[in-house]
Amino acid sequence: MGKTILDFEKPIFELEEKLEEMKESSASLDIGKDILRLETKVAQLKEELYKGLTRWQRVQLARHPDRPFTLDYINLMTENFIELHGDRHYGDDKAIVGGFAKLGDYKVMLIGQQKGRDTKSNVYRNFGMANPEGYRKALRLMKLAEKFNKPVITLLDTPGAYPGLEAEERGQAEAIARNLFEMSRLRVPIIVVIIGEGASGGALGIGVGNRILMLQNCWYSVISPESCSSILWRNWDYKEQAAEALKLTAPDLLEQKIIDRIIEEPLGGAHKDHQAAADTLKSALLEELDKLVKIKPEKLIEERLEKFGSMGEYIE
Amino acid sequence: MPWFRRSKEKISPDSKKKDLPDGLWEKCLGCGEIIHKKQLEVNLWTCLKCDYHFRVGSEEYIQVLLDDRSFKELFKKMRSSDPLKFVDTKRYNERITAAIKKTGLNDAVRVGTGKINGKSVAFGCMDFKFIGGSMGSVVGEKIARIIDKAYKSKIPLIIISQSGGARMMEGAYSLMQLAKTSSRLARLADAKIPYISILADPTTGGTTASYAMLGDVNIAEPKALIGFAGPRVIKQTIGKDLPKGFQRSEFLLERGFVDKVVSRQELKQTVSNLIDLMT
Repeated sequence: MGKTILDFEKPIFELEEKLEEMKESSASLDIGKDILRLETKVAQLKEELYKGLTRWQRVQLARHPDRPFTLDYINLMTENFIELHGDRHYGDDKAIVGGFAKLGDYKVMLIGQQKGRDTKSNVYRNFGMANPEGYRKALRLMKLAEKFNKPVITLLDTPGAYPGLEAEERGQAEAIARNLFEMSRLRVPIIVVIIGEGASGGALGIGVGNRILMLQNCWYSVISPESCSSILWRNWDYKEQAAEALKLTAPDLLEQKIIDRIIEEPLGGAHKDHQAAADTLKSALLEELDKLVKIKPEKLIEERLEKFGSMGEYIE
Repeated sequence: MPWFRRSKEKISPDSKKKDLPDGLWEKCLGCGEIIHKKQLEVNLWTCLKCDYHFRVGSEEYIQVLLDDRSFKELFKKMRSSDPLKFVDTKRYNERITAAIKKTGLNDAVRVGTGKINGKSVAFGCMDFKFIGGSMGSVVGEKIARIIDKAYKSKIPLIIISQSGGARMMEGAYSLMQLAKTSSRLARLADAKIPYISILADPTTGGTTASYAMLGDVNIAEPKALIGFAGPRVIKQTIGKDLPKGFQRSEFLLERGFVDKVVSRQELKQTVSNLIDLMT
C-alpha cells in the first residue's frame, strides 16, 4: 500500500523516509532525541497538510489508485457476500458489482461501482464507468432486495457513466433515469455512500437514498473539474479553479445539504489503512440502519421525495 | 503582392453580404430555402420544402401545442440565486443577468396550465436559448412543481425538453435536480396520471437522464439530437467518426427509446389523441 505518492504529499514522504533512515542508524549513533523531535514534526506537518487540502488535492486523493474500492469495502465490512451477475437483458457489466451480504446482524443488498487497480483490471472494470446494463443490473438487484425486504447500500465511485457509442445505443440516459425513478419509490431503506469519485449522472444513477454519506476525501458533482475546465475555460488547464468553483468536497456538500454525514478517513486518506476506513464506515452504516429499518415503507418513500425535493437554491 | 491575396475588395470574406431585408426572412438550415417569417409561423416553424424543424422556444411551442390564449404561466418570477457564487471566465451571476436580458425569460423553462383541444393539461417547455437550456435549481424546481400541479389537479402532464444537460455553474445542486424531478414523476406514475414527454432538438445530458426519458409516451421531433453524452465526447472516447444519423430521433425510435417521431404539424393532434386514449 502507499506506492503512489501525490505531488503535494512528497515533502512529508521525504521526511518520513529520512526518519526511517535515522531510526536504522540510531543504534550506532546517539540520536534518539533528534528522532523524537523529527517524529513530532512529521506528525504535526501531516496533520496540517491534510487539514488544509485544496479542493483539487482532495479530488486527487479521491482518485488515489491505492484507495479501497467497492469490493474491498464489501470484503472488509461484510460476511457471506454472494455476488450476483447480469441485468437479464443484455449482459453483465463489470463496472458495477452487487449482491447479498451480512453487515453486522443485518442482511443487506450491497451495490457499487468498481474500479480496477492496474491497467489490466481497469480494462476489465472499464475504469468504473458503467454501461446501461450496469445500471439495469443495479436496479434488478434493488428490486430483489425490495422483494425480500432487505435494505440497500450503494457505494459510489465512478469517473462517470461510459460515454461510448454502444452505451448510447442501449439507452444510457434511459437506464439512469429509470434508476432515479425506481429508487425514489423503492419500499426498503437505501443508504448511499460516496467512497471515491462521484461524477455526475453516472454516480447518481445508483445514488438516490434515505441517507447520503460521504467519505472525507471524495468529490461529488455534476461534472469533473477537468471537463468543466475544458467547457467553461475552453482549456484543460483550469482544473484547480474548476474544482474550487464547483465546491465539490464533502464539507461543501454537507453545507449544501446534499449529504447527511461525513465519514472520517484515516490520516492521509482511506488508502493508508483499508481496515480502519472500512471499520469506520461499517459502524456508521450500522447506526443508520438501526434507525432506518424502523421506518415504514410509505414513510421511507415520502422522506426520500422530500429530501431530494428540498435540494436546490433559487429566488422567488 | 502574393498571388493568393484577393485584389478585389468586394469579394473579400469581410465584404458585406447582400442580406435580405432585416428580420423578415429566414433561411432554412436544411435545404437553404428562403422563407418569409409569417409563412414560417403559419407552417409552425418548419420548412415548406424539406420539413426541416427550426429550433424554436417556449413561446412558439405554446402556439404549436396549446389552445389559443389558454396558457396560464406559473412560477414565472423564479430565478437563480447563484448558490455557489460560481466564477469561471465570467461570473455566473452576470451570465444569468445577460441571459435574462437577451431572452426576456427568467430561466430555461416555462411552466403552467393550458388546454389541448379543450382538455386541461399541466405544461412545461424548455428554452434552449437560455444558457443552452441547462437545468439548474430553477429548472428542476419548476419542473417538480408542474409535476405536482398535474398530480394535485389530476390532469395529464406534457413537458417539451430541449437542453444541453445539467447546469455546471450550480454544481451538485444541478445534479440533484435529476433525482428531484424523477422522484416526483414516480409519484405521478403511482397516481396513474399520464405524462407525455416531447423531445426537441437537442436533448442531452442530465435532462435526457431524467424527465425527458421518463414519459409514459416519449415523442421526438424529427431529426432531433437526443442522447446522454454529447457526440463530441463520444467521438473522443471511441476515436472514430460517428455513424450518420447517430443519436437522432429516428435512431432512438429504431433502438426503442422513443415511441414516435412526430412532425410539428401533427404534434398537437397526436398528443390530443393520446390523452383521449389514455384517460
